[in-house]
Amino acid sequence: MAECPAQPRSAETAPPPRRPPVRRHRTVAIVGPPNSGKSTLFNRLTGVRQKVANYPGVTVEQRVGRLRQAHDQEVDLIDLPGVYSLEPRSEDEQVAHDVLKGRMPGVRRPDAVILILDSTNLARHLLLAAPVLSLGLPTLVVLNMADALRDRGGEVDTAALARQLGAPVVLVSAARGEGLEPVLEFLTGELGVPRPVELPVIQDVPKCREWAVRIGARAGYRPPAPPVWTHRLDAVFLHPVAGPLVFAAVVVAVFQTIFSGARPLMEGVEVLIERSGAWVAAALPESPFRDLLVEGVWGGVGSVVVFLPQILLLFLFIGILEDSGYLARAAVIADRTMARVGLQGKSFIPLLSAYACAVPAIMATRTIENKRDRIATILIAPFMTCSARLPVYTLIIAAFIPERPLIGNLLGTRAAAMLGLYVLGFLAAVMTARLLKSSILKSERTPFLLELPPYRWPTLRSLGLRLYDRAWLFLRRAGTVILTAAIVLWVLAHLPLVDGAAPPIEASVAGTIGRLIEPVIEPLGFNWKIGIGLVTSLAAREVIVGTLGTIYGIEGDENSMGLREALQQDLTPAGAVALLIFFAFAMQCISTLAVVRRETGGWRWPLAQFAYMGALAYAGAFVAYRLVSAWTA
Amino acid sequence: MLLQLIFTTEPASAGVAAEPRTLAELEEGRQAVIEALEAPPDLARRLMELGFVPGSSVITVRRAPGGDPRVFRIDGSEIALRLETAALIRLRPSGGA
Ligand SMILES: Nc1nc2c(ncn2[C@@H]2O[C@H](COP(=O)(O)OP(=O)(O)OP(=O)(O)O)[C@@H](O)[C@H]2O)c(=O)[nH]1
Ligand SMILES: [Mg+2]
Repeated sequence: MAECPAQPRSAETAPPPRRPPVRRHRTVAIVGPPNSGKSTLFNRLTGVRQKVANYPGVTVEQRVGRLRQAHDQEVDLIDLPGVYSLEPRSEDEQVAHDVLKGRMPGVRRPDAVILILDSTNLARHLLLAAPVLSLGLPTLVVLNMADALRDRGGEVDTAALARQLGAPVVLVSAARGEGLEPVLEFLTGELGVPRPVELPVIQDVPKCREWAVRIGARAGYRPPAPPVWTHRLDAVFLHPVAGPLVFAAVVVAVFQTIFSGARPLMEGVEVLIERSGAWVAAALPESPFRDLLVEGVWGGVGSVVVFLPQILLLFLFIGILEDSGYLARAAVIADRTMARVGLQGKSFIPLLSAYACAVPAIMATRTIENKRDRIATILIAPFMTCSARLPVYTLIIAAFIPERPLIGNLLGTRAAAMLGLYVLGFLAAVMTARLLKSSILKSERTPFLLELPPYRWPTLRSLGLRLYDRAWLFLRRAGTVILTAAIVLWVLAHLPLVDGAAPPIEASVAGTIGRLIEPVIEPLGFNWKIGIGLVTSLAAREVIVGTLGTIYGIEGDENSMGLREALQQDLTPAGAVALLIFFAFAMQCISTLAVVRRETGGWRWPLAQFAYMGALAYAGAFVAYRLVSAWTA
Repeated sequence: MLLQLIFTTEPASAGVAAEPRTLAELEEGRQAVIEALEAPPDLARRLMELGFVPGSSVITVRRAPGGDPRVFRIDGSEIALRLETAALIRLRPSGGA
């Protein structure tokens, strides 16, 4: 429109337009039921890497991306949360609804819509076509999962369906990238308003349903055979006895692998960091800068980076759970337990993803329709053991607990201790939920309705991409938050200068701060060094590992002692247990506080949560310290 | 044992059971037709959007450990519901009884 002349010209004198009269910019929303492959298609077309997983409710907010193969047409695609209808009930459905109606601040009203339906489930998914076509926006109907439809012997006549719906219909496989050319043509070509042969009254679901069945029949839709392997696997995973057993076995195996399987890799990284640190120390002339680099950066950041292999392994397991479709089954199994504490199985999905990180987990609570259930789930999510606690736990456990086999080679003492901490976090979450749901967040029992997707093979590509993204995120955090903390700490540990030289660390600014809080934490068995670590870990939990690395680096005689050995001198076993308990309960994460504030719309909940978790951490650590002290004395 | 579990088909229902009145009473592996939803309007709508529309046929596929929730197949997809919700879905009498 920038080329529009200021003065309107008469029709006769106007030169022929240089370009076809289409708008140069276009916004297209991708709408569809949950788990129909919206994000997969979006990623294909834009090159963005939105999270894709095999359970309903993965995407919970809109995401805009630019079409890759744009010709002279700029196309912005919007990936939306899944909806069953255009009547929103939960926060994520509200997002999709608002974007479609052009009511979402900061997002352009879409010029066209891609309606994506699962072709293996067409009879039911066609239900959504009625309200979407009634929007009157140019619409392309994409029938996804063509591969699964073909493999399981289903059929559909897209031309006939297009005639019925009065809109173009294409059959694609977004995951394999098959049949996407017509989608590109639609996105960049002329847009036309849909002219369906008939549309039902969209408020009347049974009528809509009759309509969908009729349309499906006219389009020669033959539903595919039920997925055989899904039934075979569910016969085990949802079996009254075998199901929970398999679950327990998998959990134990995961912990043992995370603990011992990751060891060689971690040791490799450790050696690499040590060698490169020594090399830097040797290559540079003696100077404060060299000390900062060696003690601050290598000592601080390096000691956190060592945990990368372990964290990646954890994410690999979570990835397999999410991509295979097992997660939805876990939610079904957990529903009874969750019902007992006043929540429902749907709350279990965000809680499980909180094992990775509480921030996306708190976002994922948007799928919970009941507002009070949602707040309760937000409040308990940070108790789940997130991956940032993993370095802290591993370090302390490795320093204080000797490795002995417990159940043969299946489970050792260290992995068992780690498992215990995970269980502890889960119990704290569940008890807190119970407390909340029987008092301030009381509500009627909300129904549990969950669609179970068929099992799918996690692809190497998707698992690989997850790990790659995760590694990148971890390293970026190490390079920003942890690096900054290490440098600030190093500087504070060298000030104020006494006669031009750094003071002993106890007398430095950092040491003084540590000593100032020492009386508060002494009852827990922590000294001032741990105190400094607790202060810095308010930014993010794993920072304490970097902080201790830096402090010991400054103190140590040229890094002669490893972090583990140094810790053993600074903490009694009772103090170590207290520290573990403290980390299990305390809310030490600024990003989590920020996201809770955003999702609950105020400071009230995050502050209450911070205080509650802090008090629990302090009390828990105190009791643990006393008990273990008395026991070991 | 695991293999046996994988390949055994759904257990045959024991003997001749009384005619199920609601979806909660429909035994594993059995099929029936939905007659009406006796749920509050909002819940009824959500159930219908998931496929539980009067006239549709539904199968109880599986019971979760502990018997609740249960998994139902309707329209080619599998949905988990609690018994208390399934009890709100009335089934069509199969005639003969
Ligand atoms: N077989 C097959 N699987 C697919 C295809 N497209 C997507 N999937 C899988 O379907 C699952 C859901 O894909 P997503 O892209 O996350 O679905 P979504 O519609 O964004 O889901 P929500 O965000 O939860 O609404 C994933 O496991 C995908 O790998 C396809 O064409 N064929
Ligand atoms: Mg998505």
